[in-house]
Amino acid sequence: MKRESLNNLVGKLTTGLMYTFLAFWSIVVIFPMAWVIVSAFKSDAEIFMSPWMPPAELMWDNFVRAWSKANIGLYLLNTMTVNLPAIFFTLLFSAMAAYVLSRFDFPGNRLVFYAFLGGMLFPIFLALVPLFFLLNSLHILNSHFGLILVYIAYSLPFTVFFLTGFFKTLPTELLEAATIDGANQLQLFFLIAIPLAQNGLVSMGIFNFLGMWNQYILPLVLLTSNEKYVLSQGLAFLQHQQRYQSDWSGLFAAVVIVMLPTLIVYVVFQNQIQRGLTVGALKG
Amino acid sequence: MNRHKYRVIIPFLAPAVILYLVFVIYPYGRSMYNSFTSWKGVSANQPFVGLANYVRMIKDEFFWGALWHNIGYLIFLPAIIIFLSLFLAFVISQGVRGSRFYRVTFFFPQVISIISIGVLFSYIYHPTVGVLTSLARFLHMEPFFQLFGFDGIPVWVGDPRTVRMSIGGVVVWQSVGFYMILFLAAMEAIPNSYYEAATLDGASRPRQFWHITIPLLWDTMQTAMVYVGLLAFDMFAITRVIVVSGSSTGRPADVLATYLYEQAFDASRFGYATAIGVAMFILMLTLSALTMRITHREAVEY
Repeated sequence: MKRESLNNLVGKLTTGLMYTFLAFWSIVVIFPMAWVIVSAFKSDAEIFMSPWMPPAELMWDNFVRAWSKANIGLYLLNTMTVNLPAIFFTLLFSAMAAYVLSRFDFPGNRLVFYAFLGGMLFPIFLALVPLFFLLNSLHILNSHFGLILVYIAYSLPFTVFFLTGFFKTLPTELLEAATIDGANQLQLFFLIAIPLAQNGLVSMGIFNFLGMWNQYILPLVLLTSNEKYVLSQGLAFLQHQQRYQSDWSGLFAAVVIVMLPTLIVYVVFQNQIQRGLTVGALKG
Repeated sequence: MNRHKYRVIIPFLAPAVILYLVFVIYPYGRSMYNSFTSWKGVSANQPFVGLANYVRMIKDEFFWGALWHNIGYLIFLPAIIIFLSLFLAFVISQGVRGSRFYRVTFFFPQVISIISIGVLFSYIYHPTVGVLTSLARFLHMEPFFQLFGFDGIPVWVGDPRTVRMSIGGVVVWQSVGFYMILFLAAMEAIPNSYYEAATLDGASRPRQFWHITIPLLWDTMQTAMVYVGLLAFDMFAITRVIVVSGSSTGRPADVLATYLYEQAFDASRFGYATAIGVAMFILMLTLSALTMRITHREAVEY
């Protein structure tokens, strides 16, 4: 009897500790984000003098400055100009390659597959210098088109690898039935294989979108003029500029503009996004 | 039929293969060659210098400094990140109230771009405006820091002693939620009957965790270790945003990636920079292979 109550006490203590720790980590995660959102509505003086106080009045002007004067609007447009086509063609080209690699037997099939696989072993830093000069000699340095090609090329290895595995698990009956009905290969691919692979494509779309959204080193090396910058690069640029001419409230507003949409998209599509991101580690 | 087959295979493979050859394979191959030249990027000629870049690297104290910092991250980051995320995953898997909330919230930092996070934290760490400093001051933590030889509250990224800890802290903040979700997914795949049987035998929850969960999670932990290891070898974006490179605070925060970038695109020593890249590649490959080998165990099946 005595022992049981002791166990009970230990159990209660453990539960209490668990909740304390969860609360602690929640604060650690939420606080910095909440702080930057609140600070984005303050004046520079308030940020400086009273970092813990809420803003006396909401300074919406910070957002206006960030959007137009600090070019966040332009950087966002550039990011979409690069990322959307890059993702579309990454998915298209990867799906085409994966479809062939998973459904056809031909000499060199394994060679191509392992060549793609091998690309994942190399750190991107090793390619930077030749990549810079390659784009320069092709006259696509400092162009969004060049960056799109590079994004596609570096997204291919994992996407092809993942989708090849995915296509292999799909039932072949539908494809066979359609072949008997006289569908040609293009119809098979676009009308049957692609819709069947929808889940895999969505996962890879999310995975690559966040990868490109986060990408910093490639645009830093390959886009050299300010009006071409993508968001990550533009934000880093503002941050560095900030050291000479301070407009902190504007910078915080810029961070919020960049951060908030992704948070909202995440809250809406949390399950797909968590799956899309962890898929890399689980299958890898 | 056969010729018919190739009419599909070739056009379907071509776009991916061509882009891959031109923008991925060629630059990697070219790098291997460039690392043996003293190329400055201006002239077309690339004098072949044999191993000179590698000799230079071995004598370069900044290279060793940067490598040493990577090794520091490599020791601490996997240990801290995996411990914290595993612990959180365990706690949440115990069926706490509001587990949905924690799952969503802890993953937040993973969907914010690393640059935004860098900007965010460079102000959290700011010596005058930053909340970390004012929090420490509010809690009167000066004597605590004096124990470690600081004059008062450290200036975080402004101090060579704390800069890497501060940067590493950001990475921990960002990564824990991701690995927690990863471990949770793996934990949910473990059949409940195992735990029920252990409970009947009187095993406590921590014991169950140690003797059932950990062995069955080993594969996922191994993957996580390789991932965090590769992360510790990168650190480029976060370091560049938080610290001004080349400044007095820049050197103590140097990692191989930032040093490579600086040598290539600030100093135009392209040959030398690619040699650093080759060194990074070899180190990362060795590291991944070693991790897999050292942590190799007979996988426990269920």
